[in-house]
Amino acid sequence: MLWPSLTRNLFRRPLTEPAAPPLPATVAALAERLEAAAQTRLGRSLAIRHVDSGSCNGCELEVNALSGVVYDLERFGLRFVASPRHADLLLVTGPACHNMTEAVQRAFLCTPDPKWVVAVGDCALDGGVFRDSYAVAGGVDRVLPVDLVIPGCPPSPAMLLEGLLSLLEVQEEAREDKAPGD
Amino acid sequence: MSGPATRLILAGTERTPFRRELAPAAWAELPGALRQEPELELLALWAEIGAVHAAFRPAGGGPLLLASVAAEGSYPALSPARPVAAWFERAVADLWGLRAEGGVDGRPWLDHGRWGFVAPLSGRPVAQSAEPPQPDFLPAEGEGVHQIPVGPIHAGVIEPGHFRFHVQGETIVRLEARLGYAHKGTLGLMRGKSPRSAARLAARLSGDSTVAHAWAFARAAEMAAGVAVPPRAILLRGLMAELERIANHLNDWGFLCNDAAFAWPHARCGALREVMLRANDAAFGHRLLMDRVVPGGVSIDIAPSGVAAIREALALVAAEMPALRRVTEDHASLQDRLAGTGVLRPDWAALFAAGGFVGRASGRDFDARRDLPYAPYDTLPFTVPVLQAGDVEARLTIRVEELAQSLALAAALLERLEPGDTLAPLPVQGGEGLGVVEGFRGEVLCWMALGEDGLIRDAFVRDPSWLQWPLLEVAVEGNIVADFPLCNKSFNCSYSGVDL
Repeated sequence: MLWPSLTRNLFRRPLTEPAAPPLPATVAALAERLEAAAQTRLGRSLAIRHVDSGSCNGCELEVNALSGVVYDLERFGLRFVASPRHADLLLVTGPACHNMTEAVQRAFLCTPDPKWVVAVGDCALDGGVFRDSYAVAGGVDRVLPVDLVIPGCPPSPAMLLEGLLSLLEVQEEAREDKAPGD
Repeated sequence: MSGPATRLILAGTERTPFRRELAPAAWAELPGALRQEPELELLALWAEIGAVHAAFRPAGGGPLLLASVAAEGSYPALSPARPVAAWFERAVADLWGLRAEGGVDGRPWLDHGRWGFVAPLSGRPVAQSAEPPQPDFLPAEGEGVHQIPVGPIHAGVIEPGHFRFHVQGETIVRLEARLGYAHKGTLGLMRGKSPRSAARLAARLSGDSTVAHAWAFARAAEMAAGVAVPPRAILLRGLMAELERIANHLNDWGFLCNDAAFAWPHARCGALREVMLRANDAAFGHRLLMDRVVPGGVSIDIAPSGVAAIREALALVAAEMPALRRVTEDHASLQDRLAGTGVLRPDWAALFAAGGFVGRASGRDFDARRDLPYAPYDTLPFTVPVLQAGDVEARLTIRVEELAQSLALAAALLERLEPGDTLAPLPVQGGEGLGVVEGFRGEVLCWMALGEDGLIRDAFVRDPSWLQWPLLEVAVEGNIVADFPLCNKSFNCSYSGVDL
């Protein structure tokens, strides 16, 4: 039966852990990449579409962990959506496999502006251990304009969270800049 | 008593204790002989430059037997006698440029026409600049039949692949999986590298099975180079393999409930899985245990505090399992979705030699840890759960039973740890090796040939999913489209593992 567990949970502290704040340098670099207008339009909430460009599935395991109770991505206004048409952000894992190029680029074209592209993992950074392969173009930047790279093989959920929060921070700063006379 | 196919293979020239080379005429007789010996299981088929290899598991058990034939341009297909060979034959044609004569399916698969040349592993790839062709799908005909294309990018956070459904109303008439999107050229990258350096590629064939693949790869390299692994390293490998199984089974348990819209077990399993991954990190410095198993042993010894961290994590999972089980088994609304859904008949599982929870939920009583015994499992007590129902519920039940077994195995392995070396040097020498390791999906197989310079001449890594993907296509027939995610998750086949 489920109710005893649910009742106990009413009195237990949540499992969700506080997140580490993003690095100021990362936030500053991101702010330079996005116009102020776009920053305010995105708002303090981002819809994320994950795109696997041919990863080994290691990154997916850690990205999935973000949605769990321990990291609880949605408390920050970040959520995964089922279509690039609903997304503000493409989270791309894996090296740029030739067999995925067309699909990845189509997903990007389907994503409305303004949008971010975040490359996740060492493969997405520069192809990783697969960079010299006949089947791989290199990192994700070979097929898409990348705004932020979160390295690691795979990056831990804590690292992913830190990277994604820096995107929110940029938008927050933009709003504060604009707020007084707006 | 061995059947005609086994006799035919054994009559070939002995190249290694486990591999016989057949004359082309003898190989041509193999399909006929295989039809007369249905219990001889085909586990893999692959190629190297100038030759094709096939791995068989003899009916009465015992070590695997490899059969080879020299091949230039083409070779007689095995798929008419063993339908499981079809996917392998398509891959051999795409990568090595060797055509399976008389094969049941000649369509390209891993090659989507986007590499700039064909047959990349053939030694003489031919440039190709034509537009990528549209894929051909097997037809389904009937009144009101229509198609639903899904992928390669899916709605969830999962790997890329295309599913083509033919449906009639809500019912799936035919499903075809078209994969290859994650093809990274892994086998080509392994060539010319030392086993130590190529181990990083094996560890990234399928991220959730990184320990199993790295271990099978290491066993193949160690057999080829004639190396004995230190006892402590063997125990640590076993420990890591069980930790990997625990984390993955927990993950699948949660996601299966989630696909039936039951969020609570998903949340709890996710939290427990996180506990396990953090213990992995504390003990071995990596949450998924990547690059920890290497040819010769393990790359890192367990941290002094790691033993306690793992014990604590195992205890947490063990303590919560009874409640999780009760909730899963007691909820009629969940059972309604799981029971009777996606049935894989035992005769199909046997025909395709399906391993892991897919095979064991459909009556195939095989576990490499017990049936192709290797250290440390040869001296550890454990049971192998087997069910006959073959539905989504049975595949979940097998996982839950195995989870309990793995918790005990991991604890037992921790008990047995004695101080000692963890890594043996690999001599520079030629040779050939075969490694089989039971991963969480089923048995992982790796074959490797080293040149005299100690570098990899050719290697093949076979994920269990090769034998399971075609069965998913069978199991969903007659189910409603809305149950496909459940069926798919209950198989949880690896995309990257077969895309290579």
